[in-house]
Amino acid sequence: MRKTGRKTGLVFFPAFDWAISPTHPEREERLLYTRDQVFEEGLLDLGNIIEFKPAMAAPEDIQRVHICVPDVGSVVTESHLISAGGAITAADKVLRGEVDNAFALVRPPGHHAMRVVHGARGFCNINIEAVMVENLRKKYGRRRIAIVDTDCHHGDGTQDIYWHDPDTLYISIHQDGRTLYPGSGFPEEFGGPNALGTTINVPLPPNTSDEGFLHVLDHLILPVLEEFKPDLIINSAGQDNHYTDPITNMRFSAQGYATLNDRLRPHIAVLEGGYSIEGALPYVNVGIILAMAGLDYSSVREPDYNPAAVKQSKDITKYIEEVTSDIYMFWKSRESLKAELVGDVRYVKRERDIFYDTDRIREQQQEIVRVCDDCGGLITLDSVASTGNHIFAVIVPGRSCPACRVEGEKVFDSIDRAKHGIRHLYFQDRDRDIYLVK
Amino acid sequence: MILGIDVGGTHTDAVLFDRLQVRKKSKVATRPENLVESLLGVADGILRGEDLRALDRIVFSTTISTNAIVQGRIDRVGLAIACGPGLPPTLLTIDDESHPVSGYINHRGVEAAPVDEVEIRKLGNHFRERGIRHLGVVGKFSTRNPSQEIRIRDLLMNDFRHVSLGHRMSGNLNFPRRIATTFLNAAVWETHSAFVREVFRFRKRLGLDTPVHILKADGGTFEIGYSVEFPVYTILSGPAASIMGILSLTRCNGDAVAVDVGGTTTDIALFSGGVPLLEPLGVTIGGRRTLIRGLRTRSIGTGGDSRVRFTGGELLIGPERDGPAAAFGGRHPTPTDAMIVLGLTNIGDPRRAAGAVGELARSMDVPPREAAERIFEGTCRQIASSVKDMIDEINNKPVYTIHEMLEGKKIKPEKLYIVGGPAEPMAERLGEILGLSTVIPPHAEVANAIGAALARNTTEVTVLADTERRLMTIAEEGLQTAIPAEFSRGDALQVCREMIRERALRFGAGIEDIEMEIVEDLEFNMVRGFNRTGKNIRIKAQIKPGLIAGFSGTDHP
Repeated sequence: MRKTGRKTGLVFFPAFDWAISPTHPEREERLLYTRDQVFEEGLLDLGNIIEFKPAMAAPEDIQRVHICVPDVGSVVTESHLISAGGAITAADKVLRGEVDNAFALVRPPGHHAMRVVHGARGFCNINIEAVMVENLRKKYGRRRIAIVDTDCHHGDGTQDIYWHDPDTLYISIHQDGRTLYPGSGFPEEFGGPNALGTTINVPLPPNTSDEGFLHVLDHLILPVLEEFKPDLIINSAGQDNHYTDPITNMRFSAQGYATLNDRLRPHIAVLEGGYSIEGALPYVNVGIILAMAGLDYSSVREPDYNPAAVKQSKDITKYIEEVTSDIYMFWKSRESLKAELVGDVRYVKRERDIFYDTDRIREQQQEIVRVCDDCGGLITLDSVASTGNHIFAVIVPGRSCPACRVEGEKVFDSIDRAKHGIRHLYFQDRDRDIYLVK
Repeated sequence: MILGIDVGGTHTDAVLFDRLQVRKKSKVATRPENLVESLLGVADGILRGEDLRALDRIVFSTTISTNAIVQGRIDRVGLAIACGPGLPPTLLTIDDESHPVSGYINHRGVEAAPVDEVEIRKLGNHFRERGIRHLGVVGKFSTRNPSQEIRIRDLLMNDFRHVSLGHRMSGNLNFPRRIATTFLNAAVWETHSAFVREVFRFRKRLGLDTPVHILKADGGTFEIGYSVEFPVYTILSGPAASIMGILSLTRCNGDAVAVDVGGTTTDIALFSGGVPLLEPLGVTIGGRRTLIRGLRTRSIGTGGDSRVRFTGGELLIGPERDGPAAAFGGRHPTPTDAMIVLGLTNIGDPRRAAGAVGELARSMDVPPREAAERIFEGTCRQIASSVKDMIDEINNKPVYTIHEMLEGKKIKPEKLYIVGGPAEPMAERLGEILGLSTVIPPHAEVANAIGAALARNTTEVTVLADTERRLMTIAEEGLQTAIPAEFSRGDALQVCREMIRERALRFGAGIEDIEMEIVEDLEFNMVRGFNRTGKNIRIKAQIKPGLIAGFSGTDHP
C-alpha cells in the first residue's frame, strides 16, 4: 500500500449499545454500515491511518464548559463521557504529534448543547467539541481555535458557548434556519459585544449542492481563516447535508465532503449529525478519512450518485454568491462595528427562551456580559427551566482581566440564593479552572 | 496412536503419541525433491514394530507453502476484482494481472452495479492467451452476497486449473486483505496440491487409510483433503505449531507469555485463559496482510546470534544477524558470546567468545565482564519491552460498545514459557524483568510436531441475517438463503451452532472436540423513517484453538 506524508488518527466509537430510543435516528444502528464500509475498505491497513481507543471524559472536563443542572451526573451518561472523551483523545494524539490530524467518529453528537444544560436538545446533552477545545486549551495552552461547523443544522450550542470568546472563531454553514431546526444561524448573529466577528453564520438555501458549499469554503471560510490565523482548525463534521439525508433538504455528496476536508485541512474532525445511515454515512466517512490522510479519494462515491440529478439551480448559485460576498464584507468591517453597535454601554443583556426538543424542557435565560476591551468579559446567567430548576451562574472567561475576575468573585459571594429563589448557584472560572457550586 | 509430522525446510520431525504419551520421536533431513522419501524415512524410524492399525490419525504441519511465498516461488495469478467505489483500484491491485471489473455489492449485500458478461469473457480469454492457469475472483462485500463472484467464475469457464473465490476465504470484512488472501490461495494452490498428493502416496505406501489432518495458521487442524481447496490456511502454520507445542507441553490454563528465542529472531505469543490469542483480522506474510485466521505472534530481531555493536556511545543488539556467535566461528560478538563469558552457559569455544566480547569492551572502555553484563541485560530488556508492548497493544484494542468499554477484560500474564537455544541462561533474568514466574518446557526440540499432533480441529462461521431483505448469508459456506421476517437472534444463534458443528465434523473434528464459542453476537433494529423495518443480526462462532480431548487440564503425558 502507498505511503503518504500525512498520518491520520481515527477514534471510532459507534456505541453499538446506546440509543435515545429504539427507533430514534440517534440509535445503535447509526454507525453500523459506516463501520462495515471502513472495515471493508481496509482503511486501517493503509499504514498512515491509526485507530485509537477513546478515553472517558471526566466531570471536570464537562464543568469547564457547561453549567449542568443540577450536576454533571444528572444530565450525562457514560455514552456522552466516551463520546467527548473520544474527541479529547483525537485532540491529544494531534497535539502530542503522534498524528498530523485526527477524526473522532463518535456518537452521540453535541453541537446543540449550550452553556447551560438542563437536558438534551437536538439529540445533544454535552457539547463534545467545546469539551475537547477547553481540555486542550488547558493541557496544551493553545489559544486561537477555529471551529468550522459543516453540519446541516445550525450549531446553536457551540455558538452559544463561544458567543463571547474572541479567541474562538465559530463558522457555521447550514440549511437556512427558516426551513430547518433549530431555526437560528442568520448572518446577523455575529458574536457578543466583546467578540464581534468571531461568530459567522452562513445559511444556505435548501437544495444547495457541492458547488454551493465549496463556493462558501473558497470565498469565505478559507479567506477568513487565513486572516484569523488559528492555532488549530476543528471541523464539526455533521454529515446531514447529504442528498439522501432523511431529515434535511440539501444535496451535498461524498465527493463534496471529501473535497471540503481536503481544502479545509482540519487538524481535528468530530462527527456531529448525519442520519442517512445507509446511503450517505458509509461513503461520506470513507471520503473524509481518505481526504484527511492525504490519499486519493476520487473513486469514493455513492452507488446511486448522479451528479446531474443533484445539481443546484442557477438561482441558488447566484444567491449563494451574493450571501457569501455580503458576509465577507460584513466580517471585514468587524473592527468598526463595535463602536457602532455597542457604543459606551457597560453591560449587554440577552434574554432567550430555549426549548430542549429531545427532553421537552423549556428554559428562560437571562445572560449579562460585561463589555470589556481586555478579555471576553464577565458573564452572569439567570436561568429558570420547566423542570422547576432555577439557577444562577457566574462565568469568568479564559484569560480574564483583573476587573472581570474581581467583579465575578464579588457577585458570586453576594448573591442571596434564598431571596431570589435560586436553587443552585455556580461559579465557573475558565481562567483558573475552578468550578464551585453553592 | 497419533503420528505428528512437521515438514520444515531443513528437517522433518515426527512424534508418535500413544495414550497421550510421547512414545517415540525422530528427525531426518527434508528432501524437497522427493518428499515421500523424507516422510517414509522419518516414519520408518518410529513406526517400525508398531501396530499401524492402532494409528488413529496422522497430523502434518508444513512450511512448504509459506516458504514458496517468502521465496517468491509462486504461480502467476489472474485476478478479477469487482472494486466498486471506494479506494482507487491502484491501491488494490497486486500486479499487472489484477484486473478491476464491473460489478458491486453494497454493505447490505444488495447488488448496486451489475457484472458485465462481455468484459468477463474477454478477461478469460486474456488470461488464456497469457498462459495463466490460476485465477482469483474477488468482490467488495462479497461476504455479504457471494452471487457476483460465483457468476464471474462461471463466466470465466472451467478450463483453468483452479479459481479461488474471495468469499470462501473468510467471513470477515476487509477487501484489500480478501484480495491478497485469494491471490495467495491461487498462487500456492499447485504447490500445496502437490504436497497433498505426496502425503497420499506416503499413506498408500504405508498401506493405511488413516485420516490425515494438517495444521493451519490458527493452531487448529483440518482434514487434508479440504486443504486442497484452501491451501492458504496452512500458511504460517510453523509458528502456530510451535505455540501449540508449548501449550501441550505446559498445559497452560491461565494468562501467559510464550517466548521462543532463536538465533536471528525471538517470537512472542500470548495465552489468555490457556487459549493462544488470534490475530484480530489475519496474519501478514511476505508484507501482505491477509484474512487468514492465525495465531497472534510478534517477531523481533533480537536473538542469540544478533550482531552486537557499540556506536555513538550506544550498545546496539541486532536486529541483523551476520553469521553465528563468535564462540562458533562468527566474526562479531553476540548475546550468546556474552552469556558464555558470564558463565551462564558452556557451549562453543569460550576463548573466542571472550575475545570478541573483550574487543567490544575496549571500544566501550569498560572491563569485559561489564560489557558482557550490559549485552546480556540489553538483550533481555529488548525482549521484555516487546512483550510489554504486545500486552499493551492487546489491552488497548478499541472496542465499540459502552459495555465493553466499561467491563474491558485485560490480559494479565502470570507465567513466562521460554523455549529456544538461550532459554536456560535467559529464563531467570527475563522472568525478573517481566515479574513473571518462568517455565522451560521439556521436549522443546520437537515442539512443532507435538503441537501439530495434539491440536484440535478449528473452524469459524459467520451468520448474517437481514430480516428486512429476508435473507441469511453464511459467507464461509458460500450460502445465501431465504428467511422469514420473524427470524430472530435465537434462530440465528441456532443456525450458527448447527452450521459450525456440521462444518467441523466435515473438516474432520472429533465429536468430543467441538468446543464452540460465540465471538460476535450483535442485533440491530433497522429503522427507516420512524418505523422498524427489520433486524440486522450478526453472529460469529468459532472453535477456538486448543488441544484434543484428554489433553486440556492437568493430565500429563
